Amino acid sequence: MVLQTPHSPEHVESIIPIADENLTRKDYASDVDTRWCPGCGDYSILAQMQRGLSNLNIAPEKMVFVSGIGCSSRFPYYMNTYGMHSIHGRAPTIASGLKLSRPDLMVFVITGDGDALSIGGNHLLHVLRRNVDVKIFLFNNRIYGLTKGQYSPTSELGKVTKSSPIGTTEKPLNPLSVALASEASFVARTFDTDPQHLTATIETAARHHGAAFVEILQNCNIFNDRAFADYTDREVRDERLLYLEHGKPMLFGEDHNKGLAVSATGLRVVDAHGPDAGLILSHDATRPAPDVHQLLARCAYPEMPVPMGVIRQVTTPTYGDYLDSQIEVAKFKNHQDVAQLLRGRSTWQVE
Amino acid sequence: MTTTSTQANGSGGTSAPIQERDRVTVRFAGDSGDGMQLAGNRFADATAIFGNDFSTLPDFPAEIRAPAGSLAGVSSFQISFSKHQIFTPGDEPDTLVAMNPAALKSHLSALTKGGLLVVNEDAFTAGNLKKANYPSNPLADGSLEGYRIIKAPITTAAVSAADDLGLSNQNAERTKNFFALGLVYWLYDRDLQPTLDWIEDRFGRLPNIAEANRRALYAGHAYGETTEIADAHVRVPPAVLNPGEYRTITGNQALVLGLITASHLSDLELFYGSYPITPASDVLVELAALREYGVRTFQAEDEISAVGTAIGASYGGALGVTGTSGPGIALKSEAINLAIMTELPLIVLDVQRSGPSTGMPTKTEQTDLLQVMFGRNGESPLCVLAAKTPGDCFYMVLEAVRLAYKFVTPVILLSDTYLANTAEPWPVPDLAQLDQIEVPFRKLRYIDPEEFAPYKRDPDTLARMFIPPGEADLQHRIGGLEKSDISGDVAYSPENHQRMTDLRAAKIAGIANFIPELEVDGPDSGDLLVLSWGSTYGAVFTAVNDAREAGCDVAHAHLQYLNPFPRNLGDVISRYNKVLVPEANTGQLRMLVRAKFLVDAQGYNEVTGQPLSVRLLTEAIQQLAAE
Ligand SMILES: Cc1ncc(C[n+]2csc(CCOP(=O)(O)OP(=O)(O)O)c2C)c(N)n1
Ligand code: SF4
Ligand SMILES: [Mg+2]
Repeated sequence: MVLQTPHSPEHVESIIPIADENLTRKDYASDVDTRWCPGCGDYSILAQMQRGLSNLNIAPEKMVFVSGIGCSSRFPYYMNTYGMHSIHGRAPTIASGLKLSRPDLMVFVITGDGDALSIGGNHLLHVLRRNVDVKIFLFNNRIYGLTKGQYSPTSELGKVTKSSPIGTTEKPLNPLSVALASEASFVARTFDTDPQHLTATIETAARHHGAAFVEILQNCNIFNDRAFADYTDREVRDERLLYLEHGKPMLFGEDHNKGLAVSATGLRVVDAHGPDAGLILSHDATRPAPDVHQLLARCAYPEMPVPMGVIRQVTTPTYGDYLDSQIEVAKFKNHQDVAQLLRGRSTWQVE
Repeated sequence: MTTTSTQANGSGGTSAPIQERDRVTVRFAGDSGDGMQLAGNRFADATAIFGNDFSTLPDFPAEIRAPAGSLAGVSSFQISFSKHQIFTPGDEPDTLVAMNPAALKSHLSALTKGGLLVVNEDAFTAGNLKKANYPSNPLADGSLEGYRIIKAPITTAAVSAADDLGLSNQNAERTKNFFALGLVYWLYDRDLQPTLDWIEDRFGRLPNIAEANRRALYAGHAYGETTEIADAHVRVPPAVLNPGEYRTITGNQALVLGLITASHLSDLELFYGSYPITPASDVLVELAALREYGVRTFQAEDEISAVGTAIGASYGGALGVTGTSGPGIALKSEAINLAIMTELPLIVLDVQRSGPSTGMPTKTEQTDLLQVMFGRNGESPLCVLAAKTPGDCFYMVLEAVRLAYKFVTPVILLSDTYLANTAEPWPVPDLAQLDQIEVPFRKLRYIDPEEFAPYKRDPDTLARMFIPPGEADLQHRIGGLEKSDISGDVAYSPENHQRMTDLRAAKIAGIANFIPELEVDGPDSGDLLVLSWGSTYGAVFTAVNDAREAGCDVAHAHLQYLNPFPRNLGDVISRYNKVLVPEANTGQLRMLVRAKFLVDAQGYNEVTGQPLSVRLLTEAIQQLAAE
């Protein structure tokens, strides 16, 4: 089935539920006391979420946060919106049912690396593949926080944790690669200690029509402190992070002195002022094939700069678009007569 | 009783003496590819139009394409039809149609002594006999003595009827089920017209195929007329049913119609999240074809997702439903508990099948009762209902939805393979006579925010204030953590947990005040009460009546409400000296009844994958009555 109206940015703006009056960050904060450990990266994400939503001025009563289980999944309690703190790994399912039956609501999913990629791995693949119009924020701290420090599916090979006293024996998943393999229509990464980038990424995701997947690198200062510090610390960011912008060359380093170009085996770093400068790629987030996006997702410290920002954003009909149009067409083509339906194909009279 | 009459029929021809009988049971058995289900369903349609009461029992292998001619590939369809009201598809067929040796081998033992056996002699080849493990040909070795046999060359006759139509041999052979059907129509004096109409409707676009099937049907019918078959031409007069408009319905169809009707009566949009599983898949399949009723079907990635999406839809204010069978219920348990804790309306259909594990996916059983009662962590009461007949599935869906919204609770409705696939005549309900289903959150939406608290309860029903998202100034969060009474905030205090545990239990127990009392059929008090539930209704009803005819003074009560029980159940039980609980499990209701009422209930239990045997159950009732 081909849907007639692709969703233009203007149209998307028009379906975001906007509040009547101007709201501030505080209007999105509930009166529930936060229970995260002092210094936890979740605080910053909460603050930037509230800021981002107030920038968009989304009507809080039209928003629902659905989460699984984990420290991160406590998030909905702190938002002055509707919310459901559900069960471990299953938030995408609840969010899907909710969004499909209530297209007027804005549905955000909050999940952790264990919640989304371990127990809920199956649901994550499918919600992204189906392109259900929900926004998924995966707080990746590469550890099980709530259960006090066991390794997670994103913990690096050999990592020593409570449940791996002499190091893990399994390779981690890359959340972005998983999302891209599912051909998610929106894939982005950001991190807790860059409030501006975090806010901007949340806003872009919120405005996307379709399933949005955002990995947020989040520090768990209790069980996995400084897990991302090697490249997210303020002093090294310029050198080690690649801030992506659609349509702009992929440059990084001091004064943008380096860039990414295609190599025989993937991507490589080239001197932005050297002979290969002309080969530096421009970032195309809207490219339908996720090939280059996958190469970007695989860029990892220390060999490569770590990409941040929107890796992929393509416009494609959502599950709800298809479903609603099927219903509309069926209603137009066939009449609705429950009494007749009860009679079935044939009946007979008993006198 | 035998009367002789002259019978004129569609294809004209000779007349034969015709006997009259009250009730006949016919079983069609053949290879999966022989079209036995189709033949059986056509016979049921013709029987419905003729005006008998009837009940069908399809029985098919779990394998989709077992090797042709093998014992594993045998598929059967039984129909019992009567001039009286009947409640079961019959224990033992009077007539068995066996399309090949494997079908004969698998089903002969069920045929009544002296019964009529119709066999396709063409299929009794050395190869087929070997596949069915027959050392010699039973048609020739005398081993079928004691049965009346019609050996018909069904395949060759069907092929030669299609002679000049230019069909491939394979296509011509496919019409053999219509030949067999035509023969059985002659035997039981059925009108060919409904089937001719059906052929036109189904194959009209393939005129040669339609013609071949028509010819095979006529040829089978003519074969019956022209062959001397002693005492085989039988007529079962039409039944006296309550006047009205009837249709044929299976349990799964009734579930589908019930859901659409509940959506209509509640004005809630229907969301059905499901993962395919026998015998529940048809509900998903049929609902998916009804988009014009606003039905949102969602084929989930697994059963957990299926129930998750239904909970999400329900939370959003739609009619959230999930349907599955026993293995799927096992996967859904944690999410059902979320719906218990968040106190959301949710409908869970469990079309039970034979277990444990994958068990026998196409066979019937009542073995999920304790699973749906207790198969969750923590103290997690919910409402459990069970349908008693195919048509009752419709009314029990309406009841499940009514209770789910009135009490803001998950409700599990039990059906099973037998009900799912069995067809019976069903009086078409008058939509205008069905009660609207009230949805409390519609009124609550306009509540003053000062008055609102998510776990504040209705004093009569103890239902909490459930309001879907979207209402300004009523934002709140719910979840699986223990909730504080009234405010719904997360709470860990010992007193609160005790109070909330008690409230959840009291809410479900209180449903008993809003459901009908249990009715007793038979003596109001006395020696023996037979207490049944779910799909065994027909078998138990029939067995109780048979036992009464044999002189037993026995009462029967049938439960459609399993949790809570009807409020007078304890009282009813106390009025009899003995209680017999027949079940297609090892005694699950009996365990509940014993635990709750401290009564020494006896069991009659069969776990065979087949409906209860009326004959054996009748004997058990007689025996207990005599003790
Ligand atoms: C069915 C089930 N299994 C296990 C748990 C225990 N559990 C709760 S949270 C969690 C892991 C959470 O890790 P993550 O998703 O990374 O979240 P974080 O706490 O790190 O934010 C586990 C195993 C549970 N609540 N439910
Ligand atoms: S355990 Fe880690 S993730 Fe959880 S609240 Fe504490 S710091 Fe945050
Ligand atoms: Mg984690």
